[in-house]
Amino acid sequence: MAKLLPRRDAVIIGLGWTGSIIAQQLAQAGLNVVAIERGPWRDTPTDFNIGYMQDELRYGIRKELFLQPAVEAMTMRNDASQTALPMRDYGSFLPGNGVGGAGVHWNGHTWRFWDSDFSIRSHLTRRYGAKKIAGLQLQDWGATYAELEHCFDRFEYLAGISGKAGNLRGRIQPGGNPFESPRARDYPNPPMKMSYAPTLFAQKARELGWHPFPTPSANLSRSYVNPLGVRMGQCTYCGFCERFACANYSKASPQTCVLPVLMRQPNFELRSECEVLTVNLTPDGKAAKSVTYIDAKGVEYEQPGDMVVLCAYGLMNVRLMLLSKIGRQYDPVSGKGTVGRNYCYQTSSAARLFFDSGKTFNPFIAAGSLGQTLDDFNGDAFDHSALGFVGGAGFNCVLTNGRPIGYRPTAPGSPRWGAKWKQAVVDGYQHSTGFSSQGSSYPVRQNYLDLDPTYSDRHGRPLLRVTFDFPDNDIAMSHHMSDQMEKLAKVYGAKVATVSRLKKGWDSVPYQSTHNTGGAVMGADPKTSAVNKYLQSWDVPNVFVVGASAFAHNAGMNPTGTVGALAFWAAEAITTKYIKSPGALVPA
Amino acid sequence: MAEQRAISRRWLLASAAALPVLAGAADGRSISGNLPWSPYAGEPPRPVNPLGWYFFTAAEAATVEAIVDRLIPADHLSPGGKACGCAVFIDRQLAGTFGRGVNLYTRPPFAAGLSTQGYQGDLTPAGRWRMGLAALNDHARASYKKDFTALAAAQQDMVLAGLDGGGIALKLKPGYSTKEFFELVLQNTMEGFFADPLYGGNRGMASWRMIGFPGTRYDYRDHIDRHNVPYPRGPVSLYGMEG
Amino acid sequence: MRRLAFLALLFAAPALAANTDAGKYQAVLGDCAGCHGKTLAGGVALQMPFGTLVTPNITPDRDTGTGNWSAADFRKAMKTGVAPGGKLLYPAMPYPAYAHMPDGDVDALFAYLRTVRPVKNAVRVNRLRFPFNIRFLMRGWNLLFFHPENGAGGSRGRYLVEGPAHCGTCHTPKNLLGADKAPALSGAVLAGWYAPDLTGDRVTGLASWSKAGLVEYLKTGRNSHSIASGPMAEAVENSTALMTDGDLDAIATYIKGLPAAGGNGGGVPRGDMQVQAGVAVYRLNCSACHGADGKGSAIFPPLAGNPNVRQASAETLARVVLAGTRGAATKGAPTGQGMPSLGWKLDDAAVANVLTYIRNNWGNSAPAVEAGLVERVRAAK
Repeated sequence: MAKLLPRRDAVIIGLGWTGSIIAQQLAQAGLNVVAIERGPWRDTPTDFNIGYMQDELRYGIRKELFLQPAVEAMTMRNDASQTALPMRDYGSFLPGNGVGGAGVHWNGHTWRFWDSDFSIRSHLTRRYGAKKIAGLQLQDWGATYAELEHCFDRFEYLAGISGKAGNLRGRIQPGGNPFESPRARDYPNPPMKMSYAPTLFAQKARELGWHPFPTPSANLSRSYVNPLGVRMGQCTYCGFCERFACANYSKASPQTCVLPVLMRQPNFELRSECEVLTVNLTPDGKAAKSVTYIDAKGVEYEQPGDMVVLCAYGLMNVRLMLLSKIGRQYDPVSGKGTVGRNYCYQTSSAARLFFDSGKTFNPFIAAGSLGQTLDDFNGDAFDHSALGFVGGAGFNCVLTNGRPIGYRPTAPGSPRWGAKWKQAVVDGYQHSTGFSSQGSSYPVRQNYLDLDPTYSDRHGRPLLRVTFDFPDNDIAMSHHMSDQMEKLAKVYGAKVATVSRLKKGWDSVPYQSTHNTGGAVMGADPKTSAVNKYLQSWDVPNVFVVGASAFAHNAGMNPTGTVGALAFWAAEAITTKYIKSPGALVPA
Repeated sequence: MAEQRAISRRWLLASAAALPVLAGAADGRSISGNLPWSPYAGEPPRPVNPLGWYFFTAAEAATVEAIVDRLIPADHLSPGGKACGCAVFIDRQLAGTFGRGVNLYTRPPFAAGLSTQGYQGDLTPAGRWRMGLAALNDHARASYKKDFTALAAAQQDMVLAGLDGGGIALKLKPGYSTKEFFELVLQNTMEGFFADPLYGGNRGMASWRMIGFPGTRYDYRDHIDRHNVPYPRGPVSLYGMEG
Repeated sequence: MRRLAFLALLFAAPALAANTDAGKYQAVLGDCAGCHGKTLAGGVALQMPFGTLVTPNITPDRDTGTGNWSAADFRKAMKTGVAPGGKLLYPAMPYPAYAHMPDGDVDALFAYLRTVRPVKNAVRVNRLRFPFNIRFLMRGWNLLFFHPENGAGGSRGRYLVEGPAHCGTCHTPKNLLGADKAPALSGAVLAGWYAPDLTGDRVTGLASWSKAGLVEYLKTGRNSHSIASGPMAEAVENSTALMTDGDLDAIATYIKGLPAAGGNGGGVPRGDMQVQAGVAVYRLNCSACHGADGKGSAIFPPLAGNPNVRQASAETLARVVLAGTRGAATKGAPTGQGMPSLGWKLDDAAVANVLTYIRNNWGNSAPAVEAGLVERVRAAK
């Protein structure tokens, strides 16, 4: 029998980026807030020690900061013809864990999805006709870029993003991204100093008439004080960024940006190492009354709240909704239901170039977002009329590290071990560079999330089942990207260059990307979305579901900037509209 | 009571404890009021004892040493895998949490999966090594009438190439393939070669020296602008070995 | 009778409220929470050269706290060091400083204490070593060293510093019997920390700090020179950050008026072996935050030109390198950034070398640090 606890105004599940932003905003507005986080407390001086954080084996390979499958795993299959089996070790994507979540160990690329993303269906239909996108389950997001612009700004200033604006209120700025949607003001910090590899990339890209610009970076180019009064340091290019926590306060994270202020709020409490098992609804299923969680000693508690905000990472948000019966499970056959619908991923390929000893790249002088990007082939920035697909990719020369267990490029045809391998590693390590395309992932009816019928977690709850393969549209898009990358690779004049080509049959083993999106999509129509434009559940109005689960599709960009903006957007809706008048903010 | 415990742990004038309300109480860790902090906080890694075997039998250890010496032979670029401590590294890893697979999802049922679904067997990494080494020696004895360690280097290379997609199928168990065994061996050997020396391998930072990886340095601001100029300083390890 | 009492209470309430606000502010000035804990229920262990004292429970609990005390009892304890029953207090309870407080302020503080939530917490206070655990000996100590008739006359700032804020309890050097010795506020070792020199000395004192910078430090816990950490972080968070701007200005005016009286006896040349050995240690472990130029940044304090690193003795420096530390976090400066613990990685010699380097580089000059000091600080953990 779960022990009943005193009621709170708001119960927040998970204390990563979205949980921290929402908790801080709600506590500042005077609500009594408790956040329940499955993983442990973590903070910079106590846990991200500058003397031992640089341990590739521990953090990069054994993945100590990540979610361990023993705690929560998922099953996967490419399509309904296969039987989903558990990912007994995570590979293709690595969910986060603990206070700060993946915000602790992300790379820091911080983007704004475009105006054309938020109204993607309308936009593409207008430009190319409905037939062009038939077969894709693309849909408008229910909120526009214009509505969200100030929320992007809030996240960028909270995090100290270092970059150069490309479009200031409609005027294209030299040195920035000419394809971005208009912003009201520049980034809070200037771009990082570049290392050799992205400098060379930008030079070569310009030779082709393309428009490279500094990747907007959450590794700060200079020390900074954010609007909450919290101070951050300057990135030192240590090359231990993704998979690692930052030891000198120079990577934006909940720890470095929000928690110092949040933890001092007297009306906020964190319960760490407590796992929420379900959100409990009233008998009519129309309101959440509490959450049940289990602590590290195995004791169960029931925490009542006037509202519940799911901030547990997109995939876990969807799973909790399904376990708690918030909304209806999506059925890919009938198309009915919305929870689990429009699951998307990321569609990527890479180029690798090898030089003689004349070019020395020092790959270990790096940061997670240190590099250059070009968006000439992203989204709908280019004319798709004569092409057999929609969508596109950002081209990124962001070489984040030279850590040798994972990074030791050898020229194609080299053996993987033995004397010749060793020579190939020596030849390749300092004299190889690369770049990649990170492409959009568009929804199709048959890619979705639900609960696995066979496998369960340590508490006996069914695991999430991921049914996903790259749609033909996305494969075609990715091959087109590979074509462009081959053009760029040629201009480098490398000794040898290879460009990968994506194949069907998503493989859950090698790491690709932890950009899992969708499953609790935001929208204007409750028949095709699980939450409304404010990320409020259509079915249970005192539940908000915040994260990339809200994405109706994934763009050719990292999701965190848009996730952060949506967190501020939902927080505003809660503090300025919902608490004044609880109930559905949008008529169903 | 909890309050007194928390307060009495603060040694005023001898500490800088924050004022967290870290109730070690029954409802999990409740934190509010400030960022938790305590002196000497953290979990630094513990260097392995370089002597002896914690997991491998003497015969297994000899086999592993022979394997790593072929995967990473000694030459002018670096000492061989054995001299670099790769076998010691693997032994210590298998004796610990990695070997026991404590972080993996190990709930049944175990079903044969597609290659896109990853390892679906019920053996821990330690179990996979043990079974694989035994099967490897069975194969060597069946093919050459000798243990793997007694083969000539060229023969050992042939066997390893055979495991590496070259057509040798060891007698393992359903759900555990020869390819999976070889990939595990190769991966762990490379980890041993390139990881920080505190874990038993990469002795003297030999691999880092070989490729020019400066190790655990954390501040490259003095070199970021020096494009196409090799970084001049040698490697450093976590425990401060400097090269 | 009860109705009369009730009416009396009703009319007294506003006066009481005003008194408890005033009393609460006295508790801020005196930093009661710093030793007696946030709830004032005591139990905090104070490490003295003479053994350990554990602070008593001063909540108004009748059995384990001050519930049975009168205002006169409280005044006597605060200003003469004598608790009810004639128990002599040790000057770890800074009654020599509180003796400067006017009775009205002490009474207001007592009124505030009455309103604090009573907590049941029986504390065994006296864990000093023999013979220091014999309270009667305090009679002699008081005779020699307790002279409350030498008032803290003059400015508000002097009153605050020598009175309720009792800065000298930490910052004034002590003789062998734990009593203040001259020069006042020139720095002192205290239970494993070194409270720095607050006089106008150019090397070890606050000469390079502006008055505004000192006010900022006391109010927020940081300025461009330094971040309060360790016991000072607690003093800022519990006390100075909550003082009025007027009082902070007064304190800063007084402190900035102190003539130079510290100094560290000089440093060692750049070619010194320890300095040279410290170069690499600094580059590998310190520069990523404090900078190759020692200048720090908006988040990390500078080491170059920082009087904090040039104190006569390096206990604090050794401690923060070995154990790490966390900076003060206040409304005005909420970051609470910290240093990681590096004692697991750096041996005593390495710590001594890098500290000697820091203390003698970038124009700094201070005595070398011995490995033995580092060893002692490490052992005291």
